[in-house]
Amino acid sequence: MTEASRPPQGPLAPSDDSLFPSAQGLEGENIAPNSVVGAVDDTHAAGLELKVRSQWSYARMRFFRHRLALIGLFGLVVIFGAGIFAGLISPYSYSEIDLNHIIQGPSLAHYFGTDALGRDQFTRVIWGIRTSMEVGVFVAVVSTFVGLVIGAVAGYYGGWLDNLLMRATDLVLTLPLLAILLTATALLGQGNQWRVSLILVFFFWTGIARVVRGIFLSLREKEYVEAAKASGAGDARLMFRHILPNTLGPIVVNATLAVGTAILVEAALSFLNFGIKPPTPSLGVLVSDAQANPNTPTGGIAWWLTIFPGLTIVVIVLCVNFVGDGLRDALDPTQRRMRA
Amino acid sequence: MLTYIVRRILYSIPVLFFSTFLSFIFVAYAGNPLAQLRSNPRFSQQTVDNMTHQLHLDLPVVQRYFLWLQDVFTHKLGNSLYTGQALWPQITRTMGHTAQFIIISEVLALILGVSIGIYSAIRQYSVFDYLFTSISFLGFAMPTFWLALLLQITFTDIFLHYNVRIFYTSGLNSLPGGPAWSWDRMQHLALPIATLCIISFALYSRYMRASMLDVINSDYVRTARAKGVSEWRVIMRHVFRNALIPITTVAALNFGALLGGAIVTETVFSLDGIGFFFIQSLQTLDLYAVMAYLLITAIAVVVFNLIADIAYGFLDPRIRYD
Amino acid sequence: MPDPVLSIKDLVVEFKTEDGIVHAVDGVSYDLFPGETLGIVGESGSGKSVSTLALLGLIPTPPGRIVRGTAMFNGRDLLKLKKKELRRVRGNDVAMVFQDPMTSLNPVLTVGSQLGEAIKTHYRDEKDDAVKKRVIDLLKLVGVPNAETRYSQYPHEFSGGMRQRAMIAMAITNSPSLLIADEPTTALDVTIQAQVLEVMKRVQKETDAATILITHDLGIVAEMCERVLVMYAGHIVESGDVSTIFRSPRHPYTIGLMNSLPKLTEDEEWLEPITGAPPSLIDLPPGCPFHPRCFLARERCTQENPPLEPVDGGAGHASACHFSEELIGRKSKFSEEAVA
Repeated sequence: MTEASRPPQGPLAPSDDSLFPSAQGLEGENIAPNSVVGAVDDTHAAGLELKVRSQWSYARMRFFRHRLALIGLFGLVVIFGAGIFAGLISPYSYSEIDLNHIIQGPSLAHYFGTDALGRDQFTRVIWGIRTSMEVGVFVAVVSTFVGLVIGAVAGYYGGWLDNLLMRATDLVLTLPLLAILLTATALLGQGNQWRVSLILVFFFWTGIARVVRGIFLSLREKEYVEAAKASGAGDARLMFRHILPNTLGPIVVNATLAVGTAILVEAALSFLNFGIKPPTPSLGVLVSDAQANPNTPTGGIAWWLTIFPGLTIVVIVLCVNFVGDGLRDALDPTQRRMRA
Repeated sequence: MLTYIVRRILYSIPVLFFSTFLSFIFVAYAGNPLAQLRSNPRFSQQTVDNMTHQLHLDLPVVQRYFLWLQDVFTHKLGNSLYTGQALWPQITRTMGHTAQFIIISEVLALILGVSIGIYSAIRQYSVFDYLFTSISFLGFAMPTFWLALLLQITFTDIFLHYNVRIFYTSGLNSLPGGPAWSWDRMQHLALPIATLCIISFALYSRYMRASMLDVINSDYVRTARAKGVSEWRVIMRHVFRNALIPITTVAALNFGALLGGAIVTETVFSLDGIGFFFIQSLQTLDLYAVMAYLLITAIAVVVFNLIADIAYGFLDPRIRYD
Repeated sequence: MPDPVLSIKDLVVEFKTEDGIVHAVDGVSYDLFPGETLGIVGESGSGKSVSTLALLGLIPTPPGRIVRGTAMFNGRDLLKLKKKELRRVRGNDVAMVFQDPMTSLNPVLTVGSQLGEAIKTHYRDEKDDAVKKRVIDLLKLVGVPNAETRYSQYPHEFSGGMRQRAMIAMAITNSPSLLIADEPTTALDVTIQAQVLEVMKRVQKETDAATILITHDLGIVAEMCERVLVMYAGHIVESGDVSTIFRSPRHPYTIGLMNSLPKLTEDEEWLEPITGAPPSLIDLPPGCPFHPRCFLARERCTQENPPLEPVDGGAGHASACHFSEELIGRKSKFSEEAVA
């Protein structure tokens, strides 16, 4: 603080050394409400300030008010828990064949029925959940990370790097995703769960990269970034400390929803026999297997072979979407408390 | 407006070029379709070598790309590496079938989605709104193949139990020709159309609702009300058109997913469409056939995006003068 | 004294939010006489906009609610009118100009058609040519150059000042007897502000409409208004004619407002803000809403809400302060300057 910016000394000077002097009335008397605050009740003083909540606790509060999100969260905990502890809860083993009970409908012994080799569908579905879970989370996390880095760099530095990135994502967007993925997996990595996941990552990162790039692009020019730059902050500090926190909200939402999308896409790939293949369990494969032997010995349709694996996928993705929706409500920076 | 359209068209050409180039390199490197023939004792080494030379498989990749490109224009996409037959007639036939049911699904989904989105927004938080919000959520969570199978199973089951065929569950036609042929075709396409329509509808109705709500709370709608305009006119003249603008973008982005949905649906319902053709080509690693599919679909996407861009320019005067 | 054009008594408007009930307007009463320009001054959240939006029924009624009050206009209570009748009043007898001309005009419709809509809504049988001619005349009146070409242009092709002129033209098409302008120049550059105010003055002379001018800018009040209301936290705290209020303000808040303006004729080292922060309209302290920040505050202020009462023996000057007499004889910061 230079000499010129210190408050004026003299009979009218305030007693504290704050940067701004306390307010002065018409005749120069001190009109700061010191005398009143003491006499005023605490609750009234609280009326003075807007309740200052940290952004995270406010977001948390909003999330928990969102009933669907809580239901989704609960559902995910149950389902993913089942996947994680697959070994412990499945009543049978995954490939246990029982030729005495082939293609039987749901019963107390076999909750989801049995297939053409007498394998318990409930067990297979649970193991399938585990695979879906692994694929979904892996793809979401890795593609988010990759997309974040690339998007940040492109959005921040702009120029030819940004252009290149945008053309690349445009290219990915112009072609039907499933077709490209099918081509990719057909040629590169069928069967192996992790190869398929990597291929998915290769296409999923573009989505998050665009979002992050957009935010970096718009915030790069904002005044507080310029101010930080003026006080000597380097590029990395600017990106991490100032701009990045603003992307966390959309990133979290995007990543959550990506889990659901990844699960859906992997299921489609596996159903078409270009994704994960046996012996690795996959819900898509279960449905595909069902097509090979769709009929019961009596001529009806073994609907349980198709319905249950698919239904599981639906429930998982629904729960993921509920949670994602709740997160979006909670973290959306444009929704603030209303003022008159 | 015209310059805008022309510019969009010109921009698409290099995009097409690059995407096909990349795809070609990718597919070419990934595998040699003749590889399995080498190990087959019925084919002599000489025959395999001849085939290799004939199919240009011994040339560098880039050169092969340009040869392929040449083939595209002169020989109409060339011949299938697997069957040796011309690809073009296959492509046109299958594309025609796919186009039939894709276009109907999309148009239906748009009309239904937009109308229900509008009504949901006007009657926000009503039973109607909650019902259709739930349907949308379900639509987002359902794998296309599963929905297709669900419909197939349901209607096959009805047929098996009650001996009544409401809709067919496989194939394009059961009749070879005759006066009832079109109706027969519709009966066969009904379930595939329903599948794609439901999935797209969920998207459009949701976005339309959100867009409507966004616009209803905007300042210019308040201005219109302050002028004394009736609520009906406010919705139809001010809200509707502005709310429709984002939908064109959504529809354009959804087109890729629609083609993917076609692949799956055609597989489930055994339809002779380009998606089914694609799956078969992949299984046999038929490079030229795969490339043909990728090229055609890329063009389709570009064309559709162009239509969406034009629609956008029509709806929103702000971008016309860019 | 002719009859008032508008007579508002005890208007109370509240909003239901997640955090509680916001008391946006808390018992506002005033009269407006024909041909006069009344200014309403206050900070954001003072209720100045809400009180006028309520008159035209433009408050969204799921969160908002008009609790009680009457607003007599032409012998009818605006607040009790049915939708159909209210629509006949809007844009016809009572018109409004809004703050942000960029967002207040529909971007996909031509300016001409939007102005034409104002006419056709109320005069359905008018021929299109007549309407077009009137619109072009109006555009010329407000000083939009090349009115014929501008008629078929879109809002984004207009500059900010031109858009606001078009908004004003739109408001006066049907010669309303009451014109409400809600911060009409806030979103504009200072130089454009002056032009638009010029247009407003001209328009007032032409139509002789009673005008309510809402602003937070005391300078605009000084230039445009004959009388002024000062609002704080949903209450009117002072009212009177402009010269009196500027010369001898009788409410601590008004004094604080004036003190916070920098003087152009002298050097000032320090700006003098009003201490404290604007109150939360959900947890208003009991008694006078201003007491936490007031230099005159006593015990009584924390318990009793002071009513708006005449000071200095009438002449239309009133203040809502228990101790307004103590402010008699004070000279305001601007008392040496000539006030129009």
